[in-house]
Amino acid sequence: MPPRNHSIRAITDPEVRNLELIANSIREDILKMLLTAGSGHSAGPLGMTDIFTALYFHVLHHNPKRPTWIERDRLFLSNGHIVPVRYATMAHAGYFPMNELETLRKFGSRLQGHPEMRFLPGLENTSGPLGDGSSQAVGTAYAAKMDGSSWHTYCVMSDGELECGITWEAALFAAKNQLNNLTWIIDRNNIQIDGYTEDIMPLEPVHDKFVAFGWNVLEIDGHNIRDIINACDRGESTWEAPTVIIAHTIPGKGVSFMECEPSWHGKPPKDRKELGSALKELRTLGGKIHNESL
Amino acid sequence: MSLASAKLVRDLFAKTIKSEPTRNGFGRGLVEAGKQNGSVVALCADLSESTRVLDFKNAFPNRFIQMGVSEQSLAAIASGMALAGKIPFIASYACFSPGRNWEQIRTTGCLQNVNLKIAGSHAGVSVGPDGATHQMTEDIALMRVLPNMTVLAPCDSIEAEKATIAAASIDGPVYIRLGREATPIFTTTNSPFEIGKAQVLTKGTDVAIIACGPQVYEALKATHDLEKSGINARVINCVSIKPLDTETIVKAAKECGAIVTVEEAQIAGGMGSAVCELLSEHLPVPILRIGMRDEFGQSGTPAELLEHYHLTAPWIVKAVKQVLKKKA
Repeated sequence: MPPRNHSIRAITDPEVRNLELIANSIREDILKMLLTAGSGHSAGPLGMTDIFTALYFHVLHHNPKRPTWIERDRLFLSNGHIVPVRYATMAHAGYFPMNELETLRKFGSRLQGHPEMRFLPGLENTSGPLGDGSSQAVGTAYAAKMDGSSWHTYCVMSDGELECGITWEAALFAAKNQLNNLTWIIDRNNIQIDGYTEDIMPLEPVHDKFVAFGWNVLEIDGHNIRDIINACDRGESTWEAPTVIIAHTIPGKGVSFMECEPSWHGKPPKDRKELGSALKELRTLGGKIHNESL
Repeated sequence: MSLASAKLVRDLFAKTIKSEPTRNGFGRGLVEAGKQNGSVVALCADLSESTRVLDFKNAFPNRFIQMGVSEQSLAAIASGMALAGKIPFIASYACFSPGRNWEQIRTTGCLQNVNLKIAGSHAGVSVGPDGATHQMTEDIALMRVLPNMTVLAPCDSIEAEKATIAAASIDGPVYIRLGREATPIFTTTNSPFEIGKAQVLTKGTDVAIIACGPQVYEALKATHDLEKSGINARVINCVSIKPLDTETIVKAAKECGAIVTVEEAQIAGGMGSAVCELLSEHLPVPILRIGMRDEFGQSGTPAELLEHYHLTAPWIVKAVKQVLKKKA
């Protein structure tokens, strides 16, 4: 099946600048919601904010008022622990009220510690156990091809997930079936809970591995909005193979003391003072930080 | 022997009774389910002939998906297809699926509560010469503990066919337990089958024998023998291990006062455990469970192994006599 004919619209410079400002506002909300929650992951969500912003505000065909719209693009999240970035982005996109972000990880909240589709409309899958989301995205893309559907399936996943056997099972399957309606976006931030990926389990050369598996491989700066959008467009325009975008990101992006520091993988800011320092740091990315205290 | 109205074959214990593996019934049921619903698809992990998915592949080549030896993605990719509206059946040997992919079944199948249908073939020690690695005896426990999961263990190929068609027609994940070995076909197309219902096959009130899978036939044979000792046993086919037919089982406990359970699986967490859990809360009666007692199987002929692990009619007779001594 040829790629669908509606490619992603080219983005203008002012639009890029606007998305950067939205991204910074989302980072602010991520830090605040994590402090309120008292637990959760900081580094991954901050590192993936630009990608989620580009996806929800430019790339995806979706409708926040109709989350089950049949023709929507599907965005799977495989590394469920970075879900605060998805929640914050969804709130900004209009899926639910902003003040619901304060309920993250609380009893009775739709914003579970790891994303749960049974509670929050707009989530395509329930995830946390690594490797399952990327495989399900493959299954959904396969089903879409069977039905001749024109929507695209995206999956955001982590580099640590490349240590899971199931990831490579799914990679073989997607290539075998030439799933050109599928794009995996790997958060190549080089950290995981126990340390740096290359110390825990060397993954490089990631690019060559996917080439060898028969994928269309793109590498980008995961903080460059234009790069992200262009890569998604190339992925959607590919004819004979699934696409993987290896997005090089800085974990904890925007907060210098969190950046590239594995110890920030799985913890939130510890108090208002630390939050204040983190928000002040975000000013380096430009945009308005409305309030440095909660 | 007083038969209930379960519409079994006419001459139950004829030497000429036909036999075939329950997996054959699954193969036929899958084709029928495929005819009834265009959303039914089948995924197989390199075992399409021996799991009998081959029939579906031949009937609907575009709806058959060859996964290779990849049981974890078999489950997760199927769940992804279910999210997109398909009704996927995944087929492998039970020791690999649900043996190897339990977490994917838990997260993507049960927690998401999607239409993931799992056919686990070669369950039990009657797999025979392949040995313990391929004789799955823990699957009932593994599947029964999962919220949202339905667990079915058909007693013969005809019931397996019905179970497969029924699995396709209900919402949510289903596990169907299947055997490799040819076993007697003693139910008929007219025998009742319903998910959540057990069938009472004989009318006795001295003891109830609750069995699942091909052991139901052994229970019938045992009942035949027990009659010579003046013991009238009520045989219950517990095909639906989850949801369990609590009404039929509590009634049996009440009217019979003693129970023997029989399954070709670990007694820990198995069908017998489900019966014990139910009755210990509602109506405690003496129970004796027959099954694998915290041990693995081994190579041998199916007949040798079933005899060795006490899964045949003579052992059921012994167990009944033992449990009756405890009956108040």
